[in-house]
Amino acid sequence: MIKKAFVAMVIGFVLATVMHTLGQSASPQTAVGDSAKSAIVAAPAPAPAPAPAPALNSGDTAWMIVATALVMLMTLPGLALFYGGIAKRKDTLNVIAMSFVTFAIVSVLWVVYGYSLAFGTDVHGVIGNIQKFMMSGIKVDTLSTYQNTIPELIFVVFQLTFAAITVALASGAYIERMKFSAWILFSVLWLTFVYCPIAHWVWGNGFLAKLGALDFAGGTVVHINAGVAALVGALVMGKRKEMSLIPNNLVATVTGAGLLWFGWFGFNAGSALTASGLACAAFINTNTATAVAALSWMATEWYFNKKPTVLGLASGAVAGLVAITPAAGFVNVGGALIIGIVVGFVCYLMVAFVKAKLGYDDTLDAFGIHGIGGTIGALLTGFLADPSINAAGKGLFYGNPGQVKIQLIAIGSTIGYDAVVTFIIFMVIKAVVGLRVSPDEEMAGLDQTSHGERALGY
Amino acid sequence: MKYIVAIVQPSRLEAVKEALSHIEVFRLTVTDVEGIGRQKGHTEVYRGHEYKINFVRKVKLEIAVDDKYVEPIIEAIAGSARTGKDGQIGDGKIFILPLEDVMRIRTRERGSEAL
Repeated sequence: MIKKAFVAMVIGFVLATVMHTLGQSASPQTAVGDSAKSAIVAAPAPAPAPAPAPALNSGDTAWMIVATALVMLMTLPGLALFYGGIAKRKDTLNVIAMSFVTFAIVSVLWVVYGYSLAFGTDVHGVIGNIQKFMMSGIKVDTLSTYQNTIPELIFVVFQLTFAAITVALASGAYIERMKFSAWILFSVLWLTFVYCPIAHWVWGNGFLAKLGALDFAGGTVVHINAGVAALVGALVMGKRKEMSLIPNNLVATVTGAGLLWFGWFGFNAGSALTASGLACAAFINTNTATAVAALSWMATEWYFNKKPTVLGLASGAVAGLVAITPAAGFVNVGGALIIGIVVGFVCYLMVAFVKAKLGYDDTLDAFGIHGIGGTIGALLTGFLADPSINAAGKGLFYGNPGQVKIQLIAIGSTIGYDAVVTFIIFMVIKAVVGLRVSPDEEMAGLDQTSHGERALGY
Repeated sequence: MKYIVAIVQPSRLEAVKEALSHIEVFRLTVTDVEGIGRQKGHTEVYRGHEYKINFVRKVKLEIAVDDKYVEPIIEAIAGSARTGKDGQIGDGKIFILPLEDVMRIRTRERGSEAL
């Protein structure tokens, strides 16, 4: 009885939301504000009509400094706690160490050459050139060419935090069996040969940017990218000896999920690159999709498993954050609701049923949540992008069917390139240092065998 | 001297402690334990996958006493550790073991002096 009423309620809610969103397409609501119209719309994308004399805007700059710090928080401690709490107690520190070391490695490589490869002057649409090696040519007062009201230096660090979390996300599929040295090597190689090119394609004036692919804050670049790498790595490495997923500390996991949600405001609203109405649209969409995805996951789980779990609420929220990422600065609130509902439902089915059927061991569901959630978000952006929110994006529901095709091309090229190159990287790592710890070390736990420590003492 | 070991439901710990303090027993050691017995385990669900948890949480009390206190103590525990009106499977057990000797570390007293 309750179950039927519940399902009816959910269906009614979805229908009402869809009707409302479509209604808006017929009579577009007023734009979010003049600042949003004139602001850089697709983030990060080149300025369309440069203002007379580019000058630093202290409001934009202050916001970007704060947003950058918020995104940093997502990796450490956000993701580290989210992942560390779900892992086995004997592997917690190793899981945290993977996020930690990756943030440090990417921080160094990014200022040396990563930024230049991703955001340097375009070479044939596929990669940036190396002119900005070691930040050369970037002075204290140089303004970013991607947003000419903020210093390029803060744009560099903002993008650094994106690169770091993308690499760290993939670790969720590899934990409890991967050698720490193999992970370090993966971080270096994958950042260089997968993240930098794909970030360039979509955000650095590469071929997908020229094609008109919409990715506000990283559905393809961050989430599909990390998710596909997660799946390929999990398939190459094989299953763990103990396949269970019984969290050691859900309080840590929920703390991590909360920090991810909080930091994500910097990630998505910061991707406007301005302190503008567009940033606020991204902010409200982020919160809306996340909240409704947590509820949607909870409802689905309640229906299938008879209980609403706390891990389910946290997982649904993260799936919502993932899916709204490409859409945050393009859709209206109705669009955000649809994206959230769909992703909470589909990602639950993915991790609860499809993963078990296919049998791969993606330990923490990095593929199931980030790969699938990112794909849903990137695809739905092609349908739901509302030009009254952002003139740079017009989806199928607003009379531009071609956008869906462009989104599919962006999704397909990311998946294809990522899968092939990640596979090659894993083969190289296997040959150089090996991928997995010994079975004995795996059973004893990686905290003790890889680090000589334990998470909880007396 | 006897060494009394009682395994009880965590939810009854406060009541047992209360009953023991009524008969002026204030010295006991308490540990969180897990075990398998006639009470069935339970299932937990994480991301849609069900896991059977066989180990059930209990609390273990350990009390060292002179022989004359044994009966009142096990009466107090048995009277306070039952759940529901008539008790249920899983309410635990009391073990009474002979105790050879005791030493209080601070004074090096031995035997019942040290209890």
